[in-house]
Amino acid sequence: QFLGGLGFVMVEKGTSLLKMMEISVAEAEKRTGKNAVNMQETYTVYLIETRPVDAASEGTNPVPDSLWRRYSEFELLRNYLLVTYPFSVVPPLPEKRAEFVWHKLSADNMDPDFVERRRVGLENFLLRVASHPDLSSDKIFYSFLTEENGWKETVFETGFQAKADSRLKALNATFRVKNPDKRFAEMKHYGDELQSVISQLLRVRARAADRLYGVYKVHGNYGRVFSEWSAIEKEMGDGLQSAGHHMDAYAASVDDILEEEEHYADQLKEYLFYADALRAVCRKHELTQYELEMAAQDLTSKKQQREELATGTIRTFSLKGMTSKLFGQETPEQREAKVKMLETQIEEGEELVKERNTECEEFVKSAWVDIERFKEQKDHDLREALISYAIMQISMCKKGIQVWNNAKECFSKM
Amino acid sequence: MSAMSAGAPRSLASSGQKSIQDILHPLSAEESALNPGSAAEKDLILPNGTPVDTSSPASSSSLLNRLQLDDDLDGETRDLFVTVDDPKKHVSTMETYITYRVCTKTTRTEFDLPEYTVRRRYQDFDWLRNKLEESQPTHLIPPLPEKFVMKGVVDRFSEEFVETRRKALDKFLKRVADHPVLSFNEHFNAFLSAKDLNKRQGLALLTKMGESVKYVTGGYKLRARPVEFAAMGDYLDLFTQKLGTIDRIAQRIIKEQSEFLMELREYGPVYSSWSSFEEDLHDPLEGVSGCVSNCSSALEELTEDMSEDFLPVLREYVLYIESMKNVLKKRDQVQAEYETKLEAVVFREDKKTPVPTDVEKCQDRVECFNADLKADWDRWENNKRQDFRQLLTGMADKNIQYYEKCLAAWESLIPVLQDKQEAEGETS
Repeated sequence: QFLGGLGFVMVEKGTSLLKMMEISVAEAEKRTGKNAVNMQETYTVYLIETRPVDAASEGTNPVPDSLWRRYSEFELLRNYLLVTYPFSVVPPLPEKRAEFVWHKLSADNMDPDFVERRRVGLENFLLRVASHPDLSSDKIFYSFLTEENGWKETVFETGFQAKADSRLKALNATFRVKNPDKRFAEMKHYGDELQSVISQLLRVRARAADRLYGVYKVHGNYGRVFSEWSAIEKEMGDGLQSAGHHMDAYAASVDDILEEEEHYADQLKEYLFYADALRAVCRKHELTQYELEMAAQDLTSKKQQREELATGTIRTFSLKGMTSKLFGQETPEQREAKVKMLETQIEEGEELVKERNTECEEFVKSAWVDIERFKEQKDHDLREALISYAIMQISMCKKGIQVWNNAKECFSKM
Repeated sequence: MSAMSAGAPRSLASSGQKSIQDILHPLSAEESALNPGSAAEKDLILPNGTPVDTSSPASSSSLLNRLQLDDDLDGETRDLFVTVDDPKKHVSTMETYITYRVCTKTTRTEFDLPEYTVRRRYQDFDWLRNKLEESQPTHLIPPLPEKFVMKGVVDRFSEEFVETRRKALDKFLKRVADHPVLSFNEHFNAFLSAKDLNKRQGLALLTKMGESVKYVTGGYKLRARPVEFAAMGDYLDLFTQKLGTIDRIAQRIIKEQSEFLMELREYGPVYSSWSSFEEDLHDPLEGVSGCVSNCSSALEELTEDMSEDFLPVLREYVLYIESMKNVLKKRDQVQAEYETKLEAVVFREDKKTPVPTDVEKCQDRVECFNADLKADWDRWENNKRQDFRQLLTGMADKNIQYYEKCLAAWESLIPVLQDKQEAEGETS
């Protein structure tokens, strides 16, 4: 089984794409060029490498195929997937701008550490998509990995943007669903809570990292003062001097510690954004449900209108009805024409309701399968993340014990 | 006991301008200096005008000091044990204060009883120290913990403050008790044994104190400070600096640790609230929360220990050094007086007539002072080395304990985190 860049991507059995090819985001490079408004800009491109799985196992090691992509192209791919597979919990991209940073980390997108972490995040994204039962077999995704030129045009040709715009408008509008599906409502609520708690966790962790940095670094001052002090001592000098070196080592050790912790923060961030993807699926379900309800409502009212026309009773208010009352009855011919129109509309309406109902049912089925898959993945990944976090803490404690034991030995020789 | 010749090298700790051969032994003209209460001894007057303390065999005459085998600090020949414990609060209409129990066990004949238990307050310790400084000006008197504490900032009656003070007072008395000269001081004896300390003498001497200060600063000019004492002064200046820096660093670390602790106290509970809406992940998340909480407690202990045990000792040494520098200044003054008087004499009389007695006495004073100071300095260096070795290894120990506690917490969490996987492995 091929493990992803962050070492914890769970690979589905029977995944099509990942069984066939190895994928990695190998490098990042700076480029300058003219942008849409013809101004010079600097941006980063990432090298995507692919290689057939068999090749490696056969012993031959051919040069991988590769192409360069920038972050905006990844975004385009993801938006396409969101629209095309609305029932899938689409893996998230690494953050666009550095957030939840503690003071030493730069919030600058050009910062090499940020770029490196983004490279890892992008690789992770590709591996997640490539191991997803539905998304991995998508043609656009495949050509993203293999065709450098003309890929953008291909995506636009699918016309997904039109769908995207209309859906986006619908999603942003507030609407009320009459019979909300309890499971989805709960899922959405879970997504809200997950997003909120992970945000809080990341914020506090960043502050704590800041403080921890301070604690370690101030110990470095002991190194200097012990050195100065040892210069005026006779017997105590050696012990003090060596102890000072250990204090310096202690102070320096925090950089590695916090870099590893950043890794943990990235794992949490992925699920912060995943929470958003989950909520998006629930929202889309609501929309589907809503559209079904609207269609059903419309059908019902049309049926009632037909009934009224047939029996002559007015139960529903319609402007036409009122005006006809005010301005006189209509002719039987007029009435018959109306009835005929309504019949057609009702037929169409029934078709629409059937369609939408099927759509809804299929959506629910597919979405729920993916949500279950996601739940398992999330439980597994987060558990792994907590384990590696605990291991990190253990390593930090052991290093601390070692350094202070070394210092203690030096002190005892004073 | 025979008078010693001028040639005995070890005992004459002379650091004056002349070579050893040229300087008359302070005792060669006065045989009866060894007999307590002798008439000659009554002439020994200290720079501040007070009579020399003659009630103990090892009086300010440094000879006995030199003749005595230097005390081993291992306690083999120790015959005086002092402890300070059992702080208690006393509330009266006038004031509230703390008293400490001072227990003494001794075989010394200077004491009437082999055991004493008395109660003393800080004021009494302060009185004792002042008396020691006055009566033994050539010696280094150990420091007391700081006298003044800002009301409102520090709680004078909190357990931590009282305990810190008690430790310092205990150390003070032990250092005095271990000192071959100071431990025989009559005021020390009174402090340990008397039911009620007689402080009238203290008040009277307070005024004399004022005079002595005037005397010391109304100075003679020192020609050249002997190398070894100059070195001591330089060393003390530098050492004080370093101690100040270390104090600042330690305080800064405590501050950063406290702020880190604050964040941890917020961090842990977030995992707890997360666990409340998870199923599978409930136990792992709850476990992490508990772990962070344990680490927080460990950190709090570390910070408190450093505040209570580390910082006060540093500050004590700074005070110690202050008083030592004063002693060095006094020594300079005594030497300066001698040199000035000697110079005046040399130019006036011919070399045949003996040096007048007051110049001789000055010389004696210089040599006594130098000898006492050097012996005390060596003792101080030794103690300093031990004290700082202990202090710094203590600091290392506390940090090791902190990390060990955290390590244990995280290690015990691993099986909790892995729990489900093991269960899955069994069932699959």
